[in-house]
Amino acid sequence: MAGRVIVGAGECGARAALALRGRGFDGPIHLVGEEAELPYERPPLSKAVLAEDGAPPRQVVNEAALAERSITLHRANPAVAIDRDARIVRLADGGALCYDLLLLATGARPRRLQKDGAEIAGIHYLRHMADCRALRQRLGSGAKLLVLGGGFLGLEIAATARRRGCAVTLIETQPRVLMRGVPADIADVVAARHRAAGVDLRCGVGIAGIAADETGAAVTLADGSRLAGDLLVACVGAVPNTELAAAAGLTVDNGIVVDARLRTGDPAIFAVGDCCAFPLSSRDGRVMRLESWRCALEQAEAVAGSMLGEERPFETVPWFWSDQYELSLQVAGLPEPDHAIVERRLADDAFILFHLDATGRLAAASDIGPDGSIARDIRLAEMLIARRARPDPALLSRAEVKLKGLLAA
Amino acid sequence: MGRWVTACAIDDVDEEDVIRFDHEGKVYAIYKSPQGEFFATNGVCTHEHAYLSDGLVMGDIIECPKHNGRFDYRTGAARSAPACVDLATFPVRIEGEDVLVEVG
Ligand SMILES: Cc1cc2nc3c(=O)[nH]c(=O)nc-3n(C[C@H](O)[C@H](O)[C@H](O)COP(=O)(O)OP(=O)(O)OC[C@H]3O[C@@H](n4cnc5c(N)ncnc54)[C@H](O)[C@@H]3O)c2cc1C
Ligand code: FES
Repeated sequence: MAGRVIVGAGECGARAALALRGRGFDGPIHLVGEEAELPYERPPLSKAVLAEDGAPPRQVVNEAALAERSITLHRANPAVAIDRDARIVRLADGGALCYDLLLLATGARPRRLQKDGAEIAGIHYLRHMADCRALRQRLGSGAKLLVLGGGFLGLEIAATARRRGCAVTLIETQPRVLMRGVPADIADVVAARHRAAGVDLRCGVGIAGIAADETGAAVTLADGSRLAGDLLVACVGAVPNTELAAAAGLTVDNGIVVDARLRTGDPAIFAVGDCCAFPLSSRDGRVMRLESWRCALEQAEAVAGSMLGEERPFETVPWFWSDQYELSLQVAGLPEPDHAIVERRLADDAFILFHLDATGRLAAASDIGPDGSIARDIRLAEMLIARRARPDPALLSRAEVKLKGLLAA
Repeated sequence: MGRWVTACAIDDVDEEDVIRFDHEGKVYAIYKSPQGEFFATNGVCTHEHAYLSDGLVMGDIIECPKHNGRFDYRTGAARSAPACVDLATFPVRIEGEDVLVEVG
């Protein structure tokens, strides 16, 4: 009997399976995974799970819960082809699964460093639990780590490695860390915190060469200087896993393209999470791909509805968080360089920035501060963004004016 | 039988809001509902370590500040991912101006 087949047993795929059952779907559900693990949460892999030898990944669902819900998990057995005419997914072990509706939740993978068209060997990347174990083992408690890339992932790994007692050099070719999507004022706080922790932060440098093997790694900079370490981890962006969809003739444009119900051009195939490009409601329907954990969770819920025939369009405000040392930073909405910025000081070491577009609409909000100190305000800002509010900048800047009050207005 | 301890005064918490209460090394969250009723739960999220008193109260829901997991603070029931383990709740009673919680 054909049922629902979900390709990708990451957090988004697993939660979609649970949501389908939660909403009363009683046919077969197959969850097809490339990894050997039970579905787990990815964000801790650069944080708590990387910090501690032997720490297990936090599971999204265990064997008993899968069995209780009659969800069949295929582990370490990736899908290798989709036959849309026959509605069959073929698996690596030669097996085949019939579907009436198919969900693609294949996520993204790290962009790999290349030289002369070939991948440079010996470099660490971080996406899967297996990567985390390999990295953790090499880090030990005193390794010299080179991190390439000053985005969220590279910075979190740097912070965790410092906590493990490693010497860390972070190399970023852009003039500052967090160039993409984070305002300079917040990136400055992050950079200062890393320097205070003893990270050797090199921004705005050119890279002339990279070499790595089992025993060590070295990066030669454009000025001829050489940075050497025991290992190198590269965090230079992610590419969506769209090959399966493309080979099946589905539209791919930086992500598997879906409509507001998260459905591809084939009415029997849906796509969610880091692998999909969808119309973003808070951006007037512009088609975008996000790499946001919360968005993946929201889409898992929403697509379960769509796959059961609901017509509700998916709506969200992008939201991303990062934990480094005792600091937490969060971004709601998508900040643009041409936004006017209004600052609200919440404490000596905590502030929130409101990003207003040319029409005065609140388009994004970003903040940084010690863990927990800022969460409430950014959440309220997010609700204002969702409402397309045009709040008075003078009120936004004053910490004594409650955002909850602005929301009620 | 637990013991009743004074957690705060009724005016210490706004309506539809939450505060933190520490007692003998344990952290509690004390809520006032939009209708002015008081409730108490364990003060730390069941997902990771986050203080729920930093979160947002919306109607009967407390939303965790860290990853937006949601609980019904009246019953402790986990309501949305990533929260899946319920929160412990504690009986509350009002005596004059004081909010008392029966600690475990
Ligand atoms: C180390 C790390 C830290 C992060 N930290 C944060 C954070 O702090 N905040 C935040 O907002 N976001 C964070 N993210 C991003 C967040 O984890 C992702 O947005 C989220 O995991 C996306 O979920 P997904 O299910 O779409 O994709 P994934 O989690 O990538 O899961 C996709 C799964 O599909 C599998 N797959 C791929 N192809 C196939 C195939 N052909 N057949 C079968 N299976 C297949 C993959 O192996 C994988 O298991 C982090 C990501 C990483 C890697
Ligand atoms: S710590 Fe509360 S939802 Fe994650």
